[in-house]
Parts: sequence; structure tokens; C-alpha cells
Amino acid sequence: MSDTARENILRKLAAAQRPAQIPETGALPIAALCQAEKIEQLKHFMEAVRGEVHVVKKDGWIARLQDLLRPRALKTLLYGPATPLGKALAAGWPPEDPGLPRLVPYAASLEDFKSDLFQLDAGITGTLGAIAENGALILWPTPEEPRLISLVPPIHIALVDARNIYCNFADALTAGAWKANMPTNALLISGPSKTADIELTLAFGVHGPREVLVLVLEA
Amino acid sequence: MAETTGFDFAKNIRQALGDQQLRKNFKFAMGSMIQKRRLVFADEEEFEQLRAIGQAIRTRALAKLPELLAQLEARCTANGIQVHWAETTEEANATVLEIMQRHGATRMVKGKSMVSEEMHLNHFLEARGIAVTETDLGEFIIQLAGETPSHIIVPAIHKNKEQIARLFHEKIPDTPYTEKVEELNAIARRTLRQRFFDGQVGLSGVNMAVAETGTLCLVENEGNGRMCTTVPPVHIAVMGLEKVVEKLSDVPPLLRLLTGSATGQLITTYFNMITSPRRPGEKDGPLEVHLVILDNGRSRILTDPQFRQTLQCIRCGTCLNHCPVYTRIGGHAFGHVYPGPIGEILTPQMEGLQEAGVLATASSLCNACEAVCPVKIPIPGLIRELRNASYTATPTGRVPGEGFKRNLPETLAWKAWEKVNRTPALNAVVTRLAGLLGDKAPRLGPLKIWSRYRTPPRVARRSLHAMTRAQGVDNE
Repeated sequence: MSDTARENILRKLAAAQRPAQIPETGALPIAALCQAEKIEQLKHFMEAVRGEVHVVKKDGWIARLQDLLRPRALKTLLYGPATPLGKALAAGWPPEDPGLPRLVPYAASLEDFKSDLFQLDAGITGTLGAIAENGALILWPTPEEPRLISLVPPIHIALVDARNIYCNFADALTAGAWKANMPTNALLISGPSKTADIELTLAFGVHGPREVLVLVLEA
Repeated sequence: MAETTGFDFAKNIRQALGDQQLRKNFKFAMGSMIQKRRLVFADEEEFEQLRAIGQAIRTRALAKLPELLAQLEARCTANGIQVHWAETTEEANATVLEIMQRHGATRMVKGKSMVSEEMHLNHFLEARGIAVTETDLGEFIIQLAGETPSHIIVPAIHKNKEQIARLFHEKIPDTPYTEKVEELNAIARRTLRQRFFDGQVGLSGVNMAVAETGTLCLVENEGNGRMCTTVPPVHIAVMGLEKVVEKLSDVPPLLRLLTGSATGQLITTYFNMITSPRRPGEKDGPLEVHLVILDNGRSRILTDPQFRQTLQCIRCGTCLNHCPVYTRIGGHAFGHVYPGPIGEILTPQMEGLQEAGVLATASSLCNACEAVCPVKIPIPGLIRELRNASYTATPTGRVPGEGFKRNLPETLAWKAWEKVNRTPALNAVVTRLAGLLGDKAPRLGPLKIWSRYRTPPRVARRSLHAMTRAQGVDNE
């Protein structure tokens, strides 16, 4: 059935007369921003949609993260144990501090981990960078840092290297040579999950995380 | 499910206009969406530049459509995505069912997809014993109510929170009545989390498919789309064949136009780009990804140099928000899946003029839709073309059902009109008679209906010709 469908559809499409000329696709000028401006814009746009952005020194992020998590009284924090971020986190995390969440590694495949996964309080991931123009994080999940860390737990913590903030999305696509390297799943995330489906009243945390905490790491 | 038989547009409109609550809900919602969009496209010049880009991208994609679809298929297949083609919605439904049955699956979680509405997929699957859960909050609400979307972006916009509170209380077990939006969201979150957890197949639409990389792009705010495309072991994406774009670099401008036009956002919470099923070593994501490419009349629409512009549409819904007719009657009155201005041009072409040509009459031709369209579809022009097509059959047949309204009295009336206007002597006599008798003529038939709510124009006693002549203007 589908082979015939394919042939029929493509034949019909090929028979259609084509426009004599196709207009040139222009491009909007990209505003060149310095790093401080990019951080400023990212923060501005993310905070406008209730993201929380903290700019911290590269070697102080674990301490800062602990400060941010203590008042939230979480039980568990999901992470990818084999990433550089995961290793640093595990090395810097006190083993038995009742005020801090226990680290939970995403170490098994979803089929074996699903029941636990849906019970966790927070998840932490790295990012490929971020986009200043619209305040979005860029995530390329990997075998070491799976897709659902940034989706299932009610709090998502993301680390952004300040050097990897791009002016706009087009800029990021080129700089990262995406075309030749598309991952299984690439994501832009601009803040906590939200909906306005009831009377256009904005509400957060409908299916994805209720909170997104971003740590921008400066040298 | 659209009423495809016994669709009475005039009756629907009368009912909608009489429903004060509905009109209030729409007036408020559309006004607010117009405001939000205006803020995000505040720079008029930049917006014009941007939509020229959007139009160019979509025109180019349609100009190369067969090649791009073949390329998309080849890239997807190389990436491990299984591609299926469907000429009709029946074929598309059968394909989805076949995939479900192959996995012995009986539970589907669904992200928002207008193409699946076009397929009436839920109805089809439920009749075959499959439990389908809509997971977009708006879609979940209308599924509970047994209704269809009234807007392509905010499907439950016709309901207010009291109505939703009652619905949740009645339809979801152990749910207390609450009108607090936060609490209603929490109820939906709790209910749907379990469905994501249990879902065997996740179904989504596609906002854009990138031919050069074989990537399916999905735009959403809630995270339910990511859930449906990541948690269940099988993901099925359904797309209309026009949704393909050529290059990855086409994505950023279209994304900006789409989210800005649809919801007045710079970007949605999530932009989800899917290029393959779970690869070896990866711990989550579906083990199988299927792409169903649906025609359902689109390949015919492409053959007409004017009407093909309909396929530029990126389904942002902003033409609905800006339409004075849609705002007053809402989406359900249109009786078909796609309401508002885009529905007025798309539906008659898909379903034929006889069935849906009447939709093209629901326009005041105010041009608001064209002025805001992010890809510059000349909607009012196409509405007029469709109105004409209802009376005129062409040798090649541009639209199914062409000329179905053609009838003897109207044809004769226009013939007479032509004769009078092409014969100066006859014209002079008729003009004179109209001046003398015009106001005394009985108001019958269409004139009677037309003048029921309108003041009939008074016919001048003397024609403009006569008056100018009397003023000494020489008729050349």
C-alpha cells in the first residue's frame, strides 16, 4: 500500500507546474554582542519567563548550587555520572548532609530506571550553550547525560559556559556545525514548562519542570 | 469530529452569535493574543523583513517539494526513522493502527497535532479498542468534554475556568471542584503523568521537517510533546506533506515567525528537534520512530499556481485571532477541523466546494489575515477565487466541486446585466427606469433577505451621467 502511495504522491507533486522564479531568502542582520551583553540578554529573557539565572565563577558553582538547593529541601538530585560535570559534582558533594539532596546517577536504561526516575526531585545537566536573542538553553543529550534528566524531575538545573552563549539561533547552528552532526535529540529550553490553555492564564510546571535554575559559569 | 454531513453553517453561526458566554470568551482571548503578538513584533520594519524571509523559505520548499520529500525520506531512513506515505487519511490511520498492533499496544499518549485531527485519529483508534490520551492541556480538556478544538493553537479557548472546573470534577475520579487555574493545572499534571508513564506509543505532529538532515521539529510550551516523543518505546510523528523545509538554516526564521505569530513569544519553552530513534548506548528515547507523511488533497492544491500558496501555511493561527468573523463565532461554527481564514481557504480545497465552499463566504474581506500572515499568504484573494470557482468550472478543474452554485436565474441575471452595460442605448433606458421605479420595486428573494437588517439604498432619481451633463460637462 505505502509503496503505491509514495509513487502516486511524488508523481502528482512532480507534475505540478513550478513557479518561474523563487525569491531569494534574505537574512536578518545579527547584532554582534560582547560576552557581558550576551549574559545580560540571556538573563533578561529567561527571567521574563520565570527562569532563574545566576552568574558564578567557574570554580565556585558547586558551593553556589548547594546554597540554592538548601532552602528547597529536596531529597534527590539526578545527574549523569560519566560526564565531566557529573564527576566534578560527585567529587564536590558531601556524602551525608541532611540539608542537601542525595545524588542519583542516571546509570541504567529507561526500561530499568523508569519507576525511580518519576519519583525524583531535581535533575542537573550541562548545556551546549545558550542563545542571547531569545533566552534559550541549547541541550544535546548524550548517552552519558540522557534526555529525561531535563524533563521528568520538577526542577531542572543547567550549567552554561559563558563563552558558549551565541547571539542568535542561526549563529549557534553555524558555530556548532549542527548540520553535519545532528544528535538524536537537540533541544532549546527557554524556562520552566508552562501553559496558558485555561483562559490564557499563565501557569508553570504543567508537564515538565516547574523551575529552571541556570548557572552561567564565568572564568 | 467535524460534521461532514448535514453541516449547516448558517445555523451554526446563528447559534454562536446567540451564545453570550462564547462570544465573551473569544472576544477576551483574541484581543489578548493580538496584544501579545504586537509586542513581540513591535519593530514593523524588522517584521516585514522577517516575513519576506518566511515567505521565501516556504515558497522555495514548495517549489522543490517532491525532491525535498524524497530527500527527507532518504535522510530519515538513514537516521533510522521509518517513513510511511499516505494518500488519504484512511491510509494514514491504517498505518498508525498497524504500528500499534505490531507492538501489541493499546495505550497511546498524544501531543497536539492538527493533522491527527484531520485524520479523526482518536475516533478511529478508540473504535478499535485503543485508549488514546490527549496530553496537551487544552486538548485534554476538550477530549474530556467530547469536543473538537475551536482554535488550532489554544484548542479549549471557548471554555472558561468554571466550565473546566466542572468538567474535571465530573470526569476525573476523586477530583474536588476548584476554579483555581493553578490547581486545575496540577490535577491535569497528576493525571497525565501516569499516562506518560504507562504510554506504549507516543504520537506527535511535526511543525517543520528538515530535508537536509532528516530532522523533525516540534514547538511546545508544556513539555507534553517531549514526554510523548521520549518516554514511550515507540514514537509516531504525523505530518502534512507541505511541512518540509530545505535546510537547517531555514529553521530559525520560521521558528521566530511561528512562535511570535502563534502566542506572542520570542520562543516557546521547548523546541524539540528529533533526528533518530535511540542510538546504541543511549539510555532513553523511543526505540522506534515512525514518520507518516500525509497528502489528503495537498498534491492537488499544489498544481494550481494561485491556490498552492495555501500550502505555505505554518499553522500559527494568527489569522484566526485577527479575524472579525472568527472572533464573533468561534471555531466550532465552522464545522470542520481548520476554522477561521486559513480554514476558509484550506477546507474547501480539501473537501470540495460542494461540501465546504460555503466557508469562503464567512469573510468580510477586511484583509486583516493577510496583513498579519507570517508567510504572506494572500488569504482574501484566495477566498475570492474560491467564491468565483463555486460558480465557474474551468477545463482543468482547479478545485473539486467547481461551478456547483451555477444556476439559471443567476446566470440569466448576469447575462442581462452584461447586455445592459454593453449597449449604451439600453443602458440609458434602464438607468432612466431605475431612477423612476427603483425605490418602488418590490423587495423579493435575496433583496428581501439582504434588506432585513440593512437599510436598502435609495436609487437616485437622476443618474450621474445626467447630472454631469446638466452641469455642462461635455461627454467628450
